[in-house]
Amino acid sequence: MTALEPAPAVTGVHGVTRADVEDFLYAEAELLDAWELDTWIALFTADCRYVVPCNDTPEGDPTRDLVLIDDNALRLRSRVERLNSRKAHREYPHSTTSHQVSNVRLRPVEGEELPVVAEFTVWRFRGERSTTYVGRYAYRLRVVDGHLRIAAKRATLAMGSLRQVADVAIIL
Amino acid sequence: MRRPVGNRAVFMVRNKAGEVKVFHNSCSHRGAVVCRKDSGNAKVFQCFYHAWSFDTDGKLVGVPDREAYGDGLDFGALGLRPVARVESYRGFVFLSYDPDIMGLVDYLAGAAEYLDLVVDATGDAEIIRGTNEYAIDANWKLLAENSIDGYHAVPTHDTYFKYLVSLGTDLSGGVAGTAKSLGNGHAVLEYAAPWGRPVAKWEPLFGEDSREEIGRLRADLVDKYGEARARRMADTNRNMLIYPNLVINDIMAITVRTFMPTSADRMEVTAWELAPRDELPQLRQRRLDSFLTFLGPGGFATPDDIEALESCQQGFHSGGLEWNDLSRGMARDPLANDEEQMRAFWRQWNSQVTGGAR
Ligand code: FES
Ligand SMILES: [Fe+2]
Repeated sequence: MTALEPAPAVTGVHGVTRADVEDFLYAEAELLDAWELDTWIALFTADCRYVVPCNDTPEGDPTRDLVLIDDNALRLRSRVERLNSRKAHREYPHSTTSHQVSNVRLRPVEGEELPVVAEFTVWRFRGERSTTYVGRYAYRLRVVDGHLRIAAKRATLAMGSLRQVADVAIIL
Repeated sequence: MRRPVGNRAVFMVRNKAGEVKVFHNSCSHRGAVVCRKDSGNAKVFQCFYHAWSFDTDGKLVGVPDREAYGDGLDFGALGLRPVARVESYRGFVFLSYDPDIMGLVDYLAGAAEYLDLVVDATGDAEIIRGTNEYAIDANWKLLAENSIDGYHAVPTHDTYFKYLVSLGTDLSGGVAGTAKSLGNGHAVLEYAAPWGRPVAKWEPLFGEDSREEIGRLRADLVDKYGEARARRMADTNRNMLIYPNLVINDIMAITVRTFMPTSADRMEVTAWELAPRDELPQLRQRRLDSFLTFLGPGGFATPDDIEALESCQQGFHSGGLEWNDLSRGMARDPLANDEEQMRAFWRQWNSQVTGGAR
């Protein structure tokens, strides 16, 4: 089991260093790759949002435009329940994934939130098939009870379409 | 706007008179692609290779150093080549590479009435920004079947229905309905909607504050189309296949979906969401949510359909099975979870491919 608190304790959003953020994002990636989704979802705040825009609308606004994924906490919980069950046929048995996070940059704190951008490559292997998702993460991190938490995660794909990867049945 | 249709590069443009034109995307000089963006605005299409340019009617309007040709070339005959047949119906543009194909309205047969139903209920409609472009490693005909397959919904999409129930949707009303052939290979399922429909069927999930708006939308439909047709627009779902590769699913949201084979065991799917242009934001949000959770490739259902079709393809490849069994419902008036609609598709396909009986 991975420890429930995968990131170092931090005192407040202003003192957070890039090393803190990198540790946190790498730990998140590890949880996803281990399919420890119940632990993973605990990294999110109660008012969180997880969004993946359509490939042809990278700036897509989920209140107006069609996106691929637009989860609030409730829907994210349903997604995790689905993926934990044997009835998510596309992911049963699960893919082997490798979430690779790089080019981590901290943006200036806004209010109580720390915006972070990073590049990602997510490999997905299932059966004989290997596919790769490439894109950019935009996070909004907060400090809750001395630990970093994800208030928003947006994964914008760099691929022009989903043709090569078929679908987004895994969590990016 | 450009995209491949049947694996060929074409592009569509509105000319100055507002008419829709569709051209093969190939320069009449030496063949280069002249429209190189998926969408946008242009008055002139200039080929980057030697800079020949064409207007929105496809006419050749610019040739650098024209005098080099003397009188040897008839520039008037060197326009862009239009696609053989292009017609539109209620805003949907159809094309065919067969110059002798029947007219569109005849082709649509019984499907035209169902398109009317969807378009009339939507009113001033738009395609929402954001396109689903995915692919399935399976024969395209399997998606034609799946898109109008009521039988698979309960076993395959268990996690989606669980999610709906967790939101408070009451599915106990069931999905009783019928399946029918609409002629020329088109077919439809029509059945009671157990969930809310933003056209005009309220459910608690929409929130108390949109109850009044939905009531108003419904009264509008009754005014315009009468009680019976309005009830059909509001309370029933339709999954329709327009032969061979257009699917309009008028369910909790409306999909417009096309799919093109790229080989015997792979297809590319493109899907859009259709909606009324000036919809109340909370109804639009419900519609978007419904689309992406059920119909989108990141949702709780479509990935499982993809898995099902790829699984069939792998199964067929084993060589143990020569034919699909599509006989469900042959001994009764076909219900929405029977297979008459797929038989309609296959009869048309068979007659086209073999010239045999329909
Ligand atoms: S190929 Fe288009 S101008 Fe030569
Ligand atoms: Fe399905």
